Amino acid sequence: MSELTQQDALFTYTLRLADNALILGHRLSEWCGHGPFLEEDIGVINTALDLLGRCRMLYSYAGEVEGKGRDEDDLAYHRDEREFTNYLLMEQPKGDFAYTTIRQFYADVWNLHFYTELCNSKDETLAAIAKKVVKECRYHFRHNAEWVKRLGDGTEESIQRMNDAIAEASRFVNEMFEMDDVDQMMVDAGIGVDLNEVKAKWIASVDEVFAEATLQRPEPEYDRSGGRLGLHTEQLGFLLAEMQYVQRCHPGLQW
Amino acid sequence: MTPQDQVVDIDALETEFQERIDAEKKIEPKDWMPEAYRRTLIRQISQHAHSEVVGQLPEGNWITRAPSLRRKAILLAKVQDEAGHGLYLYSAAETLGSSREQMVDDLHAGKAKYSSIFNYPTLSWADIPAIGWLVDGAAIVNQVALCRTSYGPYSRAMIRVCKEESFHARQGFEGMLALARGNEAQKKMCQDAINRYWWPALMMFGPSDADSPNSAQSMKWKIKRFSNDELRQKFVDQTVPQIEYLGMEVPDADCKWNEERGHYDIGEMPWEEFFAVIKGHGPCNHERLQARQKAHDEGNWVREAALAYQKKQADKKQSVA
Repeated sequence: MSELTQQDALFTYTLRLADNALILGHRLSEWCGHGPFLEEDIGVINTALDLLGRCRMLYSYAGEVEGKGRDEDDLAYHRDEREFTNYLLMEQPKGDFAYTTIRQFYADVWNLHFYTELCNSKDETLAAIAKKVVKECRYHFRHNAEWVKRLGDGTEESIQRMNDAIAEASRFVNEMFEMDDVDQMMVDAGIGVDLNEVKAKWIASVDEVFAEATLQRPEPEYDRSGGRLGLHTEQLGFLLAEMQYVQRCHPGLQW
Repeated sequence: MTPQDQVVDIDALETEFQERIDAEKKIEPKDWMPEAYRRTLIRQISQHAHSEVVGQLPEGNWITRAPSLRRKAILLAKVQDEAGHGLYLYSAAETLGSSREQMVDDLHAGKAKYSSIFNYPTLSWADIPAIGWLVDGAAIVNQVALCRTSYGPYSRAMIRVCKEESFHARQGFEGMLALARGNEAQKKMCQDAINRYWWPALMMFGPSDADSPNSAQSMKWKIKRFSNDELRQKFVDQTVPQIEYLGMEVPDADCKWNEERGHYDIGEMPWEEFFAVIKGHGPCNHERLQARQKAHDEGNWVREAALAYQKKQADKKQSVA
């Protein structure tokens, strides 16, 4: 295996962030027209739009770093399951509104702390993207933390659903803090973010909101992992089949 | 006051009301209005709100499959706008004393209508720009006229809606142009979408004037400012040249420019289909209502939890105070 160059690492690093935003935004957009009430339909679409905008900036930059002429659509539509690098949590089906809320909240907290740190990146483009993104992250975090509290301290049914959702999501949490060679190289170069630090902040923020919501954060019995190596759950293939089909049927065209 | 006096009073109020209308003054929520005017407006505005909300479904059908990230973003933003229009139209109807809950219940019970255009399926990507261009385009022709409608809150809502709709129509046309300039498969998709959406778009203006029972009174009250056929003609006149610009065909062999009238003539509209769709027998009536009902039912526990939480918070505040 050839040695990892800093440029390869930066490409992979940026691509991972883009994949997370695209896949999570896709799952969220599935709620469009089907939300629990009109105001929240609008809220969910709004967050999905932010995530979509974020992945577009990141894909474009990843394509530039790679230098092989791939644009945002090449990266989003013409890679297979094994080439996607999002965390497993992002690709899980939308479930009920409790699952969507918990998954989104976990991602929001991660994004908030991650992008806050990424604002200090020595890579100017990533820092600039992070500065834009972090504003949305603060808003998403506030919005979803309110929902966690409402549903976590609402009715008997909502409390039960939230606990089920938390149990369901818990095995995918620790994957979000794993550090590999790419992360380490980016941290060493002053470009990337130390995920151990993000983890500590993530736990503190989640616990704080959960305390208000009268919810418990369980330690998972075991962890699932592998998204960044392209070892996904069986869910991702269906998502990509749906998302990519027009492009794959009619490749190389302008839309 | 004797019952006789009351009758006289109402007559006087009605005369004064009509004078305000004739003087082009807006009617505001606190003004006196005839009960039938109020009922007509609630029916029309809530139908309009329902159309925006149900209209999310055929377009939402392609969000996860949009062929590029740019098109996906445009579509998501458009559907978000529609939901927003629904929200402020419900609010406008609420100023007339109807509750959103009641209006939504009426929709689910099949008592309230929404625009029939949303009972057609979106079968290929081309249907998305076609809807933006034709459906929003037709809606604009209707709504520009409604910007001057006599009821103030409705008129103001329409002014805002129109600005966003014209943006959607332009984006839709631009999307159609991309297909029309594309390869054979894209051109075919483009023409097929026009074929399927042309007549339903024309039917958005309602039955022909001869068969439109509510029109005369609505015109007198200046809720409506132009007849169904006048508006339909306006839409045909602006759209046929656009179809020609795309290099596509109008799916109507009788559609020709009439020099004498200064308008395009069109063939006989498929009215049988129109009335079938209104009756609930269109391709997607069943699925659209089912989807709305399902979203509402599955959202019950969420809405209940939000209310319970709100109450708990209020109780906490009270016990502290």
